[in-house]
Amino acid sequence: MTPNDRIRWIAKPAVWLLCLMPLMWLGWRIANQDLTANPAEFMNRYLGDWALRMLWTALAVTPLMIVTGWKPALRFRRLLGLFAFFYVALHVASYVVADQYFDWLAIWNDIVKRTYITLGMAALLILVPLAATSTNGMVRRIGGKTWTRLHRGVYVAAICAAIHFIMMRKGFQLEPLIYAGILAALLGARLAPAWKKRARAKAEVQPAR
Amino acid sequence: MLIRTPRKSDVLSSEITPHSVFLRRREFLRAASATSATAALGPFMLSDPAFAGAKLPNVKKTKWTAESLGENDKPTPYEDVTSYNNFYEFGTGKGDPKRKAGSLKTKPWTVVVDGHCENPGRYDFDDLIKVHALEERVYRFRCVEAWSMVIPWVGVPLADIIKRMGPTADAKYVSFETLVDPEQMPGQKFAILKWPYREGLRMDEAMNPLTLMAVGLYGEEMPNQNGAPIRLVTPWKYGFKSIKSIVRISFTDKQPPTSWNLSAPREYGFYSNVNPLVNHPRWSQAKERRLGGPTNVFGFVQKRPTLMFNGYEEEVAAMYKDMDLARYY
Repeated sequence: MTPNDRIRWIAKPAVWLLCLMPLMWLGWRIANQDLTANPAEFMNRYLGDWALRMLWTALAVTPLMIVTGWKPALRFRRLLGLFAFFYVALHVASYVVADQYFDWLAIWNDIVKRTYITLGMAALLILVPLAATSTNGMVRRIGGKTWTRLHRGVYVAAICAAIHFIMMRKGFQLEPLIYAGILAALLGARLAPAWKKRARAKAEVQPAR
Repeated sequence: MLIRTPRKSDVLSSEITPHSVFLRRREFLRAASATSATAALGPFMLSDPAFAGAKLPNVKKTKWTAESLGENDKPTPYEDVTSYNNFYEFGTGKGDPKRKAGSLKTKPWTVVVDGHCENPGRYDFDDLIKVHALEERVYRFRCVEAWSMVIPWVGVPLADIIKRMGPTADAKYVSFETLVDPEQMPGQKFAILKWPYREGLRMDEAMNPLTLMAVGLYGEEMPNQNGAPIRLVTPWKYGFKSIKSIVRISFTDKQPPTSWNLSAPREYGFYSNVNPLVNHPRWSQAKERRLGGPTNVFGFVQKRPTLMFNGYEEEVAAMYKDMDLARYY
């Protein structure tokens, strides 16, 4: 088996399975009627938590590659990004169905009046075109440069999601701040190569002095 | 939940133990422990089946019964009432209080009474409560987070306790404090709120016949996660006003500081009366989800309209008749 085959036939299916596990766990709890006294809220929060975790995981691929230099990591990025979108979609679906039960007026009022829901919806709207343009064909059609620029939208979506989580909680709680801190590190790590380059350039200039 | 297909192992509703029988289970346990077989286990049982959740004796019925609330407001199942709690002293998760409140030691329990009153002092639980007759009050309970329950509380009207303390003319407000002890209340290791948790009422609110000092629910001693051994219940206000595990009652001449108001004044006012017309800045208060209530085709409880003063308008509206409730939220 070539390393390529190993990624294709072993690592990728394993990642698939891992990504589906939170959903299977939810399914198990639904089947066992074990969703706490407030099933709608539990499900909504659970899916929201996993949407964040998956999005953060997808955003961790590039920094991982930068730190370890392991290029094949990039081959998991699309897979993880699409799973993140999958959990975002489930989270929004549970908000519409379980929480609001298709009360479109109430949903519209939420989006307009509640900043954290406005931000959540903004994140969703940013992520939809990214998910839709994830195929190789779309990359070709749009052109690599434009595609890259479009997909930088994920940073904005993630920041919206982090604030959405902070604002949703009552009071100033620790957990959403930890998520925000991790996101800051993940985004910051992307700037590291640029900093290094600049530092090197400076270092190369300075010896002349 | 969701689409439900009955399984062979499912409990039929005809098989559910009626609560009256359920309440007598300890008699059964006691009877069983009298036999020689369990006598061998005696030493292990000393830590006592009759301790937590003991049945409270001589509880008077009042006009606030399950029957008077009717079909639409059936009592929320005991399991839900005691497993889904906001009690940040034990963590911010809804299941945390039930999991972690075992470390709270409720016996003995002392309440300090101070401020503008004739009989200040340290009252132990029995001095404070046992001199009064216990009453059952089945009340709606509306959380500020837009979920609600119906809970059969057991307790004493706060007015009766206050009268005994002899508040003076300077006593315009009553304030309450929860225990602070991070060893017993692990959630207090984090400054999510400024501990101790504080709440307060205007004197007329405290003396209102609805206001209850609760020491139990479903005919039993208060479970720790619900605020044992003694908590406030003000059914026309959002749940966070009903402060738990009280160790201090003070009579003050000024409006006392309250925890959620200190934490987020724009979101939580001193009064915090249930009001479907005044929204929380981050969500609507027009509707609520009654936990354990009737479900829709997806198996989820449909939201229902929230009632002004949580349906206790008749009893409390007069206290606020000249007030702008949007300003004094």
